Amino acid sequence: MAQTQTQFGYRRHPDQDRAGTNAADHPVVVVGAGPVGLSLAIDLAQRGQSVVLLDDADRIGEGSRAICFSKRSLEFWDRLGIGQRMVDKGVVWSVGKIFHGASQLYQFNLLPEEGHKRPAFINLQQFYAEAYLVDRVEQLPDIDLRWCNKVGALEQRNDHVALTIATPDGPYKIHANFVVACDGARSSLRQMAGAEFAGQAFEDQFLIADVKMTAEFPTERWFWFDPPFHAGRSALLHKQPDGIWRIDLQLNPDADPAVEKLPENVRPRIARMLGHDKFDFEWISLYKFQCRRMDKFIHGRVIFAGDAAHQVSPFGARGANSGLEDAENIAWKLDRVLRGCSPESLLESYHTERSAAADENIRESTRSTDFMAPVSRQEARLRKAVLSLAKETEFGKRMVNGGRLSVPSVYETPLSTADRDAWRGGPRPGASMPDAPMTERNGKAMFLTEAFIKQGSGFTMLAFGNGAAAEAPDRVGTIRVGGDDGFVDAAGLAGQRYDAEPGTAYLLRPDGYVAARFRHPTRTALDAALARAAGIN
Amino acid sequence: MALSTSSNFAKPDDAFRAIVEAHRGLSEAQSADLDAALVLVLANHIGDLDVLREAIELAKRRMLDASLQQQQQQQ
Repeated sequence: MAQTQTQFGYRRHPDQDRAGTNAADHPVVVVGAGPVGLSLAIDLAQRGQSVVLLDDADRIGEGSRAICFSKRSLEFWDRLGIGQRMVDKGVVWSVGKIFHGASQLYQFNLLPEEGHKRPAFINLQQFYAEAYLVDRVEQLPDIDLRWCNKVGALEQRNDHVALTIATPDGPYKIHANFVVACDGARSSLRQMAGAEFAGQAFEDQFLIADVKMTAEFPTERWFWFDPPFHAGRSALLHKQPDGIWRIDLQLNPDADPAVEKLPENVRPRIARMLGHDKFDFEWISLYKFQCRRMDKFIHGRVIFAGDAAHQVSPFGARGANSGLEDAENIAWKLDRVLRGCSPESLLESYHTERSAAADENIRESTRSTDFMAPVSRQEARLRKAVLSLAKETEFGKRMVNGGRLSVPSVYETPLSTADRDAWRGGPRPGASMPDAPMTERNGKAMFLTEAFIKQGSGFTMLAFGNGAAAEAPDRVGTIRVGGDDGFVDAAGLAGQRYDAEPGTAYLLRPDGYVAARFRHPTRTALDAALARAAGIN
Repeated sequence: MALSTSSNFAKPDDAFRAIVEAHRGLSEAQSADLDAALVLVLANHIGDLDVLREAIELAKRRMLDASLQQQQQQQ
């Protein structure tokens, strides 16, 4: 961690010198400087908002924690100007292998095609991701990041939220039009809002060990059912930067956490797995988990995002990645509402879209967990049958569930305009934009996701072919592919991935999701789709 | 497609027999393993979630009937 700063100082802010009756007003306060809060603050600031970002600690948390960042998260971070730094440091991977006992059952490739700027996943210790995000925050004068500022009380008023904040210098108050709580699974703001957080708790315990060693394993995700080195349980191996390997071992439900965590007890297990003893521990942690979410992600003027709003099991990399999807979903909506461009009701679509995504993530990760740790003898029997059938049948392989990895949800949302034309493929309204390789007229390579960022990550019309598509409405960017002056789609992949014909146009939301698509849009149809996507009905 | 409950085998006795014979000589645990594998193989062959759900519902009604019967006997 030598090249990154992880310790930060508390600094007194002039807001603290104001009387409680004369508290400073801020448009938006983000609570929690983890990956979600930091990313949200950057997105808001890049859209021109002033953001106060509060964190109760003065340092970045220890341990690698969330290590798998998805293609979608990397594309979001590209928009925030830090995607490349993450990828440069991270370990790129797209292949996963599933083993049963000593033999391989099957392998999968999460991104089997070329022509995407970003890989399926990178592995990167969470502390690196946070450190890079903090570096980016420090480049943005519109973000006021206050360490050692702990929200102690929250009071909802008609047109603002009053926050009482504890600091080393004592408490002070600020007012915010909106508060976004990104303060993690044990969210204190959630408790202050009096919100329920009900769900399913899992009894099985898992042990994480980050191990430093030189090893020849490929950069793939390896998952074992009943491995020879850990009979009857499951195990997971991931490569991280700096020669660190993440090893995840399932323990018995009745294992004693204090005993299991002792390095002298972990060491023999890992040695059995690796077949040697030449490694050092970087971090050992034991965890149980729950799958649950808040009923409502919005409580008055307080909006919940990331682990504060929903928790999943770790199998599938759906925790941090879904939190980042929350951030990119709420950022542009809050920005529009704060500018008065959209009514406050637009924010409801954040709950609609992201709570459905949370349900999907909970469903998927619960299924994976149940497969790894069957809850009854009959479930264990069915799993045994699947694992055994997987050796000789295709359907058996596909039923083996060693974690289904995070992909962006497709939103059923009032912001979408339903298809009226005929489509054979391409992303439907509510789906995120697929990437594609293109070149500029001068031959310079440019990915579609890069062109989207160049347009300012606002509402953007993606139009194919010569002028048949109507002009984009005001303040809507245009990406033209093909025709006399558009990007060159030499490989034909943009056209193929969007099922494009000359005249085809997609209306993309500021978060890169499809709002509407047309074979030959009229200006009236585009205007209507834009109003709908902006929550103006 | 709906679940077919009309008789589909030309010789239903042969089909029943084939299943019964598959279980001959197996312990209870082995039989349960065989059933689990067989259910998965057949479910995949059907390949239709609605039909599968209907089949589960029809099969599960036996559990309900059995518990009702038990209750009645106890009364």
